[in-house]
Amino acid sequence: MFVSSRSELSEFKKRYRWMRMFVVLTFLVFVGRLVHLQIVDGSEHHRESVDNVVRKVSIPAVRGRIFDSKGRVLATSMPSHTLVAIPHYFDMGKGYARMVQLLGLEEAEAEAIGERIKERSEDPKDMRRFQQMTLVERISQEQLAAVKAHEDELPGVDIVDLPVRYYPYGNLGSHVIGYMNEVRVDEVATKSSEAEEPYRSGDHVGRKGIEQSFESELRGIRGWRKKVVNARGLPLSREETEVILQDARMQEPRLGQDVTLTIDVGTEKIVEQALRGHPSGAAVVMEINSGRVLAVASKPNIDPNKMTNGLSYAEHKALDDNAFRPRIDKTLYENYFPGSVFKPFTAMAALEEGIITSDDVIHCSGFHEFGRRTFKCPRAHGDLTLREALVVSCNVFFYNLAEMTGMDRIAKYAREFGFGEPTGIGYNNEAAGHIPTRAWYDDKFPGQFRIGHTLNAAIGQGNTKVTLMQVAAAYSALANGGTIYKPQIVRRIETSEGDVVKELHPEVKRRVAVSGRSIDLMMEGLVGVVSEKDGTAHSSMSDKVQIAGKTGTAQVAKRKRSDGDTQAQYHYSNRDHAWFAAVAPAAAPEIVVVVLVEHGGAGGEHAAPIAVEIAERYFEEIAPRHEEPLIADKTTKKKVRLPSQDSEATAASTHRR
Amino acid sequence: MPRVLVHRLRDEFDWVLLSLVTVIALSGVINLYSTGLASGAPDLYLTQIYWLVFGACCAFGVAIIDYRHYERHGYILFGCGIFLLLLVLLIGTEINHSTRWFSLGEYRFQPSELMKVALVIGLAKYLHHDPRVEGRKLQDLFIPALMTALAMVLILKEPDLGTALLCLLIFLSIMMLTRLTARSTITLVLSAPIVAILGWSYLMKNYQKERIISFWNLFVDPEADKLGAGWHANQSMIAIGSGKLTGKGYLQGTAGPHQFLPECRTDFPFAVFAEEHGFLGATLLVLLYLILVMWCIRIAALSRDRFGSVIAIGVGSIFFWQVIINLGMVMGLMPVVGVTLPLFSYGGSSILTFMLCVGLLMNVSIHRIRR
Repeated sequence: MFVSSRSELSEFKKRYRWMRMFVVLTFLVFVGRLVHLQIVDGSEHHRESVDNVVRKVSIPAVRGRIFDSKGRVLATSMPSHTLVAIPHYFDMGKGYARMVQLLGLEEAEAEAIGERIKERSEDPKDMRRFQQMTLVERISQEQLAAVKAHEDELPGVDIVDLPVRYYPYGNLGSHVIGYMNEVRVDEVATKSSEAEEPYRSGDHVGRKGIEQSFESELRGIRGWRKKVVNARGLPLSREETEVILQDARMQEPRLGQDVTLTIDVGTEKIVEQALRGHPSGAAVVMEINSGRVLAVASKPNIDPNKMTNGLSYAEHKALDDNAFRPRIDKTLYENYFPGSVFKPFTAMAALEEGIITSDDVIHCSGFHEFGRRTFKCPRAHGDLTLREALVVSCNVFFYNLAEMTGMDRIAKYAREFGFGEPTGIGYNNEAAGHIPTRAWYDDKFPGQFRIGHTLNAAIGQGNTKVTLMQVAAAYSALANGGTIYKPQIVRRIETSEGDVVKELHPEVKRRVAVSGRSIDLMMEGLVGVVSEKDGTAHSSMSDKVQIAGKTGTAQVAKRKRSDGDTQAQYHYSNRDHAWFAAVAPAAAPEIVVVVLVEHGGAGGEHAAPIAVEIAERYFEEIAPRHEEPLIADKTTKKKVRLPSQDSEATAASTHRR
Repeated sequence: MPRVLVHRLRDEFDWVLLSLVTVIALSGVINLYSTGLASGAPDLYLTQIYWLVFGACCAFGVAIIDYRHYERHGYILFGCGIFLLLLVLLIGTEINHSTRWFSLGEYRFQPSELMKVALVIGLAKYLHHDPRVEGRKLQDLFIPALMTALAMVLILKEPDLGTALLCLLIFLSIMMLTRLTARSTITLVLSAPIVAILGWSYLMKNYQKERIISFWNLFVDPEADKLGAGWHANQSMIAIGSGKLTGKGYLQGTAGPHQFLPECRTDFPFAVFAEEHGFLGATLLVLLYLILVMWCIRIAALSRDRFGSVIAIGVGSIFFWQVIINLGMVMGLMPVVGVTLPLFSYGGSSILTFMLCVGLLMNVSIHRIRR
């Protein structure tokens, strides 16, 4: 059955003709495609291929600096040498070993770098192979010299000068300054859509504080320079370069703008030193007549230089596990029960609504019975006027007041003083706090509202929550005659050459609709808290500056002892938070100082001394004065003109809305 | 030397084939020198020459033994190919998630390349002994289809989509030679979409689908996805187009050396060639391939038996389809699948395989005259 004689092969003859036609036609299609690509679209493709050869090399924009109010540098960019590599050309064998040796890298760090290079170079389809990546930031002079000397053993490795963020004061005020780190891959798109110029992977971006809020001002816009890339090693002639680089060669970067804060490094230091001895707490110092924040501290805090350098996994975990919550800004982000610090505002409601006058007396027998519940006072205070009740911080007095005034009227005045809404300072995700109302209870706990809730609200417990910044703004208003300022943190924005882009002025949020007389009465009470023998902060009375203020002892949710707790930990976590809100000098207030010590205990014993130390040192070191006495003479005390008695302020505040 | 032998050499030796192969291979070496020089591997062209010389020796060996011996051992040769494919799945080296290679020290060898030749021989052997002359029905195709499917499944396991598709195309090309009944043809055409859908759903890997989708996107909207999966195709088209009529000149191309075009030595050498030598050079190269394929058909037509014809058509189809797929991908007419340009691309397995093909062609060509 051998079927292949020549004649029989004629069966294929016709097929060969068809095949030839098919082959020729197919090849014609390809020649046609070549005509299209090379002749018709040739010039356009030629231009595109030139773009391939001409690379835009970006020039980083130096980020703006952050200054304190006196021009001291809080954040700046330092020139630094950064070791970079193009993964495709990197030698994972000898080159890698040599690099580790020359830089003296630790094993873990070296491995992490190796992993990052491999991740980009392994997949031939991954175009990141050809992108420059950062290996080690801020290499030392010795490392620089070592790498330079052995450059030829390190293919694909280069050293570039990239500005790196530096915070000269380290931890100081770090919550307000913030820090920076590399933009995450998943953020690039969203961040870019908000920014004037898109972010690229590897860019650094401000995190937290001013670095974050003023990212767009600080960042600047990078420039570029066109560079003719010729990997063949055949340099292009000048003429050729001219032809290729016809138009713009270079665009200068626009440098970031400088931001000057209202913060004063001197005051900041005083505040942070005053908080020594307590592991966790916060403080705000603010000018009462402008709302400018002079110092703001949240303890513990983290050195932004470390955060910017990138933390290891263990360091991150340590921060997350730290019971004192170093990542949280306790002046803005954390809500606290105000405790008795809230009492002046309850009193304000009662006075303004005509529930009580300055002369009315309420008796405190040490407890207040309401229905089946008993609300207690530390001791029986006897007959008290409103002023006296503030001085001794009598709970029973305020329970009675609350019962008569009602929750909603208390809430109305609290809101008037800025509680229950963010102050609008403009950084670090500010919390709003919370001022409860009847409606809120009806909504959240239908049918469960009791007068007891009102009683708790009156003394700053229950569902009343505030931030330190709100307390500072509210006490400023008590001290300045009723003006609520929006707390101010940035004073001015300038170009790098020093031209002012924007000057920020104090911003009045509102004049509180209360009478000057009510405010005066509050201030008299606050003076008494410190200067009178019965005052809850009398033990902290200063002989250097007269201070008016209010203590607060905020109860914390009591918790059972868990297995891991030591005795000390257990006691610590069940101790109350200590508050003190002070204005100084009492006679003619200039600053408000609000201190909160977490689990500090009684406000008068543990927070007041800190506030007093801050005020004393502030008037000694930062704003010393020689003519006006800081302590009003005992005999002239009654005649002290509080700012609210100024005709203008009084006129404004007595005018009821 | 006896005069008869000299005459036989002059008359029967296929000088056209030799010249075509020599010119294409040398162009490849010259082009490789250009890409290798700039990408920091100036000695690659030497490696390529060694492979070409080695391949030529193999081709000579293949060519002088009368192909009737191959016919006799056709199924054994086919079986060897299948065996190697099985072996590579077991002990092959995995690179980029596919197991296609045997590693011999520094050299790598891809048995699926050899399989193409083995498949041609196997199919030729079957058809040679098939008593039918006219009007084949579908069931007559069962055995050759089974042989092809076996090879394809093993190659897809590696996975290597490009080579598997090539096997299918070789099969179809050889079957074109035989005649099918009208009904069978219609059934085949109608079942093609079903096979395609099944293949897409069950056989293709995600990255392969991605490439095809990216090609489609590029086809619909050339501006889209330039930096993503469409990168290769786009860069390649820019490189070819920028050559214009006369090219940028030898060693003046930019695509390969600057890595705008990855894999420029194995998969995209034509783009570099077209950039440096322009439309004229590129067309000339395309023309050489056209002549080579036409020559294969001529050898088939002049062959003394059916086995020879099928071998020539099968080998011709390997050349034809690899050229079409490679050029199609390089010119943005087809999705990017890793198929080399015959005799031109860098790579030992590829060169060796095509040299064996050339040997077979030469064999059929020399033995066209019955003695």
